[in-house]
Amino acid sequence: MLYPRIIPCLLVHNKGLVKTIKFKDPKYVGDPINAVKIFNEKETDELMVLDIDATRENREPDYKMIENLARECRMPLCYGGGIKTAEQAQRIFNLGVEKIAISSIAIENQKVIKEIASQVGNQSVVVVLDVKKKLFGGYDVYTHNGKNKSKVDLIKFVEEIQELGIGEIVLNSIDHDGEMKGYDFHLIEMLRPLIHVPLTVLGGAGSLDDVGQLIKKYGIIGASAGSLFVFKGKYRAVLISYPNEDEKNTLIKHNYAK
Amino acid sequence: MIAIIDYGLGNVMAFANIYKNLDIPFKIAKCKDDLTMVTKIILPGVGAFDHAMQRLQESGMRETIDELVLEKKLPIIGICVGMQMLAQSSDEGNLQGLGWIDAKVKKFDKTLLDKNSPLPHMGWNSIKIARPNALMSEIDDEARFYFLHSYYFECNQSNECIATAFYGNDFTCIVNKQNIYGVQFHPEKSHHNGIKLLHNFGRL
Repeated sequence: MLYPRIIPCLLVHNKGLVKTIKFKDPKYVGDPINAVKIFNEKETDELMVLDIDATRENREPDYKMIENLARECRMPLCYGGGIKTAEQAQRIFNLGVEKIAISSIAIENQKVIKEIASQVGNQSVVVVLDVKKKLFGGYDVYTHNGKNKSKVDLIKFVEEIQELGIGEIVLNSIDHDGEMKGYDFHLIEMLRPLIHVPLTVLGGAGSLDDVGQLIKKYGIIGASAGSLFVFKGKYRAVLISYPNEDEKNTLIKHNYAK
Repeated sequence: MIAIIDYGLGNVMAFANIYKNLDIPFKIAKCKDDLTMVTKIILPGVGAFDHAMQRLQESGMRETIDELVLEKKLPIIGICVGMQMLAQSSDEGNLQGLGWIDAKVKKFDKTLLDKNSPLPHMGWNSIKIARPNALMSEIDDEARFYFLHSYYFECNQSNECIATAFYGNDFTCIVNKQNIYGVQFHPEKSHHNGIKLLHNFGRL
């Protein structure tokens, strides 16, 4: 039986890990390598690391940092941030990263998606969509860490990128980011029927119950979260955590049994 | 000494790190001269079938590997696309596989998958052990491994199938014929079960 994936998402800012709220107010939560070591010990399903500075500062990905992460990481690793060309993607892939996440370049130049896929394989190309509710219904897609609003039509875009051959879509709700009040089910409900590649959702999970609800509704899905795995308690004390095997089995058994 | 074949595909460093921690001697082989004094071979692989076959050909290691595997009978394990390359052919490409195992590689049938089971087959799946094998020593039935693929391995000789996994249909996820092994999942990214399997391979 294939299991739903529970995926911590770590944000890198000024070489440290941070956690944001609605993409703002980054709070320092620790050292990336140290976090990876802890997630190794906890036998985490997968890990996603996003450098939230690279695209905004228009700089190259930090290859040295990626190499160090990949070397330490004993679970599948997805890296995103600053990737603009197939050459950069290939270089990161060769450092030992399983999945390459792109966002702004997927919007600016869809040809690059195809080029990256032909180098590293469709299955390793992940498109991250940072979306935010419009004032009067619907959603906009943002890039550059939530700074720039793109002109793409979300539904059309989701269909187009799948035609190009990608391996996964990460749907990230800017409105729910860091709020820890649950996933944006309205958004997921709208897009789920249109997505035929693996889908991972991010933004809003505040408890394992939130993850459970997601699994109950959608079965095979990637449940990603930042705050849930780096904070503890209502004062948001920094503490890296992840459900142990029993907790995970219970969560999945209660909500998803085939 | 285990040779991890580096032909530009697959996570060579992940294997190296695991063997380093296990204190099992290994080396990363980038050309045929690196294949002297080798007693076992790991053939990683990711991406498209034809691309992988082509890269192996271009690496200049193909003939030496053929000789080590077919004549000297050194144990070899193909990982993911590296396993698929052991077959005669793949639905994914036009190039011939290594053809060391009587098998072909097929695309998952979308009609057998429900709407919540997307392709690629991505994530942790449990395996069913079909017959005992030294590679699986101390690994339980229903153990979970990390998969990431859209094509699967189909053995024509059922006794060569060591374990299966289910995704729309049952498929061979571990194969063994004499000194030749293949696994569809990524043991290098499958935590303790994967480490155990690589440890077992190191002790064959």
